[in-house]
Amino acid sequence: MTLREQLRAKISAAFYHHGLLCASYPVPIILFTSASILTCCYPLLKLPLPGTGPVEFTTGVRDYSVPSHEPHGDQGERPDWYRGPPVAYIQQVLVKAAVSPWDSSLVPVDVFRSPLGQVFRLLEEIRNHVYSDSSGVRSLESLCLQVTDLFPGLRRMQTVLPEHGCLLVSPGNYWQNQRELFDSDPDLFKTIQKHEPKGLHTSATLRDLLFGVPGKYSGVSHYNKKRVVTYTITVVLLSYDARFLNSLRARLKQLHPSANCSLREDHMVHVHFKEEIGIAELIPLVTTYIILFAYIYFSTRKIDMVRSKWGLALAAVVTVLSSLLMSVGLCTLFGLTPTLNGGEIFPYLVVVIGLENVLVLTKSVVSTPVDLEVKLRIAQGLSNESWSIMKNMATELCIILIGYFTLVPAIQEFCLFAVVGLVSDFFLQMFFFTTVLSIDIRRMELADLNRRLPAEASLPQPKPVPLRTREAPPPPRPSPHTITLQTPAFRNLRLPKRLRVVYFLARTRLAQRIIMAGTVIWIGILVYTDPAGIRAYLAAQVSEQSPLGDPGVSGLSPHLAVAPVFAAGDPTSALNIHPAPDPTPVPENQSQGHHSSGRALPLPPLSHSVPQITWGAEDEEGWRRLSFRHWPSLFSYYNITLAKRYISILPVIPVSVHLSPQEAIETRHPHDTRHRPPLIPKVSADLQTDLTLYKVAALGLAAGVLLVLLLFCLYRVLCPRNYGQNGAAHGRRRRGDLPCDDYGYSPPVSEISPLLLRGHSMDIECLASDGMLLASCCLAGQIRVWDAQTGDCLTVIPKHSSSGCWEQREGLDGLSREPEEEDYFPLRRRASPSRLALFTDQPDLTPLIDTNFTSQPPSHLSTPPKEGFDYGSLVERAYTEHEPPSPSSYPCASSASSSPSSAAQPQRRLSVGDGGGASSQERGSGSGSQAAADWESSVWAMELRGNLIAAGRSSGKLEVGLWDAVEGSLRCRNEDGVSGITALAFLNNRIVAARLNGSLDFFTVEINKPLALLQYRGAPGQGSMPPSPCYTSEDVISCQLTRSVQCAHQKPITVLRAAAGRVVTGSQDHTVRVYRLEDSCCLFTLQGHSGGITAIYIDQTMVLASGGQDGAICLWDVLTGSRVSHVYGHRGDVTSLVCTTSCVISSGLDDLICIWDRSTGIKLYSIQQDMGCGASLGVISESLLVTGGQGCVSFWDLNFGDLLQTVYLGQSSDSQVVRQLLVLDNAAIVCDFGSELSLVYVPSVLEKLD
Amino acid sequence: MSLTPKFLTLTAMSGGAGAGPRGPYMSFITDRNTNLLIRGGLLFSVGVFLALVLNLLQVQRNVTLFPPDVISSIFSSAWWVPPCCGTASAVIGLLYPCIDSRVGEPHRFKREWSSVMRCVAVFVGINHASAKVDFANNVQLSLTLAALSIGLWWTFDRSRRGFALGVAIALLATLTTQLLVYNEFFQYTSPDFLYIRSWLPCIFFAGVITMGNIGRQLALVRGGSEHLLMRSE
Repeated sequence: MTLREQLRAKISAAFYHHGLLCASYPVPIILFTSASILTCCYPLLKLPLPGTGPVEFTTGVRDYSVPSHEPHGDQGERPDWYRGPPVAYIQQVLVKAAVSPWDSSLVPVDVFRSPLGQVFRLLEEIRNHVYSDSSGVRSLESLCLQVTDLFPGLRRMQTVLPEHGCLLVSPGNYWQNQRELFDSDPDLFKTIQKHEPKGLHTSATLRDLLFGVPGKYSGVSHYNKKRVVTYTITVVLLSYDARFLNSLRARLKQLHPSANCSLREDHMVHVHFKEEIGIAELIPLVTTYIILFAYIYFSTRKIDMVRSKWGLALAAVVTVLSSLLMSVGLCTLFGLTPTLNGGEIFPYLVVVIGLENVLVLTKSVVSTPVDLEVKLRIAQGLSNESWSIMKNMATELCIILIGYFTLVPAIQEFCLFAVVGLVSDFFLQMFFFTTVLSIDIRRMELADLNRRLPAEASLPQPKPVPLRTREAPPPPRPSPHTITLQTPAFRNLRLPKRLRVVYFLARTRLAQRIIMAGTVIWIGILVYTDPAGIRAYLAAQVSEQSPLGDPGVSGLSPHLAVAPVFAAGDPTSALNIHPAPDPTPVPENQSQGHHSSGRALPLPPLSHSVPQITWGAEDEEGWRRLSFRHWPSLFSYYNITLAKRYISILPVIPVSVHLSPQEAIETRHPHDTRHRPPLIPKVSADLQTDLTLYKVAALGLAAGVLLVLLLFCLYRVLCPRNYGQNGAAHGRRRRGDLPCDDYGYSPPVSEISPLLLRGHSMDIECLASDGMLLASCCLAGQIRVWDAQTGDCLTVIPKHSSSGCWEQREGLDGLSREPEEEDYFPLRRRASPSRLALFTDQPDLTPLIDTNFTSQPPSHLSTPPKEGFDYGSLVERAYTEHEPPSPSSYPCASSASSSPSSAAQPQRRLSVGDGGGASSQERGSGSGSQAAADWESSVWAMELRGNLIAAGRSSGKLEVGLWDAVEGSLRCRNEDGVSGITALAFLNNRIVAARLNGSLDFFTVEINKPLALLQYRGAPGQGSMPPSPCYTSEDVISCQLTRSVQCAHQKPITVLRAAAGRVVTGSQDHTVRVYRLEDSCCLFTLQGHSGGITAIYIDQTMVLASGGQDGAICLWDVLTGSRVSHVYGHRGDVTSLVCTTSCVISSGLDDLICIWDRSTGIKLYSIQQDMGCGASLGVISESLLVTGGQGCVSFWDLNFGDLLQTVYLGQSSDSQVVRQLLVLDNAAIVCDFGSELSLVYVPSVLEKLD
Repeated sequence: MSLTPKFLTLTAMSGGAGAGPRGPYMSFITDRNTNLLIRGGLLFSVGVFLALVLNLLQVQRNVTLFPPDVISSIFSSAWWVPPCCGTASAVIGLLYPCIDSRVGEPHRFKREWSSVMRCVAVFVGINHASAKVDFANNVQLSLTLAALSIGLWWTFDRSRRGFALGVAIALLATLTTQLLVYNEFFQYTSPDFLYIRSWLPCIFFAGVITMGNIGRQLALVRGGSEHLLMRSE
């Protein structure tokens, strides 16, 4: 076993167990999945809606002038929103204050009390700053943005936000900008916290607004180890005055010089805000999604045999949508905001990839054997597809990894999204979709069980039951579930083309491969068109490797990496960015100062004494760390919208304030020293301060691994090793064991075993049924009558029946009557030897066959006079007469021991030998000479109505035989015709015979009942049909030729159909004729075909369809004789034609089954069948089509053209083609199968369709 | 025996003759009319919806400019655009199956809803591309869209009369648009082909194919209702 195979087996086993797990604990798993989806989507709350992210544009400060409203000719790189003055200019004064040197006598509150106190002095300074030159005196009051009332809904913020004056925001607003209030505040922290909203807060909070830096960077907390407090004073200016601002900047710098500050001050950032909620922008995107989901729905709709397609479609949608949300959420969590481009591309990727796996999974699970337990089915389905799923997953991840290592930022971002999306999609498919599928299939099974129970309750006993009664037929036989068909290793499935396409797609995963290839090409293009990224990366590599490398160049690499790579407050990297480093670089120990704090050691004394104020690149544009909505929310408090407008953010003014411990102690509030907060352990404090993203990630990974281990342990503890696999070592079957089609998908194994009716010696020629009885005639001329419910052979009428003896046969024991007649034994054993020889693999039905004739139903008991008729001698004579022509090819069974020696034999003989026998005796006596002529003729057409069989023979004779429960006898015969009867129709009491020479004979069957009362036999299950009259054996039946239309057609009549009082004939002379049944009057001659007519359909609703040798199908209006539509559908003859209320189904010699829309004549779809399989058709219900094939019958869903099930008729079936197929009323199907008849009960699975 | 008809006795014949012709002709006719009405209504609403959505795309990108007072009205487009598109799509959607049945040769390529949905999605995608993707020049854009439209036809229609009808209607619609722009009902921001954008015919063509596809599918679903429609040729 190679490694690959081992891996494959392991993966398969893993998926198998996973499937078992999912199917065993659906509810916990769905809860777990939902929880993880929600957790992953939580970071999305912080994300603005797509399209609302602000756009930036940077200009220099030096040559700044307010942009004009009118667009210039040469806009250059200016965005089109950069027109006109901004809403406001934002000037931030970034204050970093620290008490230095730090004294051990200080309490933690001192870290921020006195630095915060400095804000009031600075505010004073800013407010009072005046710049005067030749053009006048300017103060802040004249330049700033004057605000009026707060937005009405924000009354509670009145105390902290300025009103009616300059918009000047600082932490001093907490204390109404009054030093006295600040000094008298016993607990600063509480004041700050007071205004924070409770619970979750995602957008800009008041604290962020006032401090101007994110809360965690402000340093206002008890555990601030850096002991540096950062805050900003934000001045919002209405107009820009460079000189005023410069003088303010100079003044503040002069007051509070920042020694090592090297912030650039020459860039001004204009931020353009889009509309708050871009619903208008979302609509097309949402529409695309809706269409795509509809596509998903219509695709999943094709998957049959699930309980609720809606549920599965919803699950598929949820899977795809959640995986998208999860990927975006996770990426946001790790600091990656999706650009619009990625957001537009990604859905398509996920949808296509997700849909394919979902389809494959569903199909795989559905095609597992139906009789298995649900969880086993799920597990099997999963494990069947595991290898391909994993392989594709691995391939995709590999490609994405390759893309990731190109180190081009755009590609990296995309790859990150793709990886997360793929993984989350896979996760959801494995957990969510599989579980939903298992629930669905379980529900289906339950529904199935409910439907099945009543049927099984009424299962007839296998014991001998009373004789079949015609009046009360036994209930429809339930399909024997215990018998499973022996399935050969390989079988050809006939699938519709569309399904093949789906299978093909699913098998080759074409779309996935195309997308993979597309991704590779796309990455390639990006790499090709963006050589800068590669070049920079190469340069960085070279500089790192070469000893002479300039360390400044290596500073480029952080640019290439993702933003969070920047270590917070790392001065070396910050300084290295600038080409000209500060002349007095920071001593190395200072940068060590807060790096070493990560260790679990007591703080070094050095950092104790000197808390350093450092300025790094991140301070340059500190507002970037704020929320997207910081500025919009600040302005919205004053009812100023920033939508579609922009603000200009001026370079910050850095202010460093160093306070001596003395000052800090002086500003102390008496409360501060009283209750100092309890010191928390240093380790956790250190951890809290210095946890970087990577550490979080590592912890998360560890937690994940731990969780997986825990779950695994739980799984091992909770779940038994084998989920009720019933002792079998492997409940699942390997793929090879199942009958597969070319595409590797196994069809559901049929649980239907067809009932084979054997007895005919040659191929079956004619088949007729009226729902209760079934008559068949083989090429040898033997007619057998079967019970359509149970499949028992009731009567055998041998070929030479015209002599008057219609042989009767009772199951298998018919021969035990005259064991002494050894000579005739072979003949009479005609049925049983073959049965004994061939029926080895079939359930023995002999016990079912009733032999107890003593308990005959009253109808038979009441048959008057029971003559003591020597039936045996009659039969004997008949046999002696006709011994020579009887086929003698049957092997003589050794004994008749299988027949029960019934004590009731004499009585039975009496009861069966009734009037029918008498009449046949009369005829038989005079028909000896006739026999030789009859021998030449074979039965060409046969019809069965009531208990009369009409048989048309090739010699032109029409025979009407009577059948009742125990007797077959010829009742009348008409020998007028000379030309062979090609077709018969038997409707009410009329028989229409079509002959080879084109003539049409109408016969009337007359019954003279001695009792003068017609008994009506109830026609079960057929409300629309008038009950057929019941002919009893004592009736005298005569068959009279009422009318003969000599030249109905010029050429042989090929088809004859009768319904709704009309007789329709089709002939080889290209015409169809419609006759009225009552008076044999020709109503229409329908011309339109250019070939002989081969198929005709007419039903109660007067729909007439005809098909011809030209491949055309015509629909006619029977009332007017006009042609409704005319379509060409087949190459070659149309062999069969059936209509439902909505469509017409035709099959042709080209082995194509076409389904046409009945009203429009448009072909809906067609099904290609195997060679020579297309001839037989039957419609069971509006949506269920059955076709005969090579040794099998197939059930199709007419609405979609899906193959529902294929029932194989036998084992050695490959050469036999089902040519004739009859649909009985009890939804059973009779079809010929070589010399056998097959009775197939429609599988219960199919009932689920409705 | 060579003439022995072997497949004759296939169908179980239903006995009895009682039932006469079913239903008066009027019911068929009204059925057909309501059927047409329903189809037309559905197609109209689909057309209106698509017009609104796709117009939004164009307006967002400032491809089309409507008079300023109209912009404030519903859905940022002129009131007459969606009804026009809806009517056009209804006409097209009814025309296609009608022509199919006139020719007598039914359209038999990919008749299923998922394919139709795919077609609609591709159509929206083409519109997306025309509005959102920045191409180097207009010729490139138009060529790309033309290729996409032809691809759409090849993927979802593949019938010659569909192509002919699509081209004809697209040309007609382009002409109408030109007239509209000429009479200053609206205008394009950067016309490059006789007052309009050169990709407009491609969009129209794709739209015709899409609506035809929907119409055919609807005709399939609705047409196969209860009765065989009695039509005299």
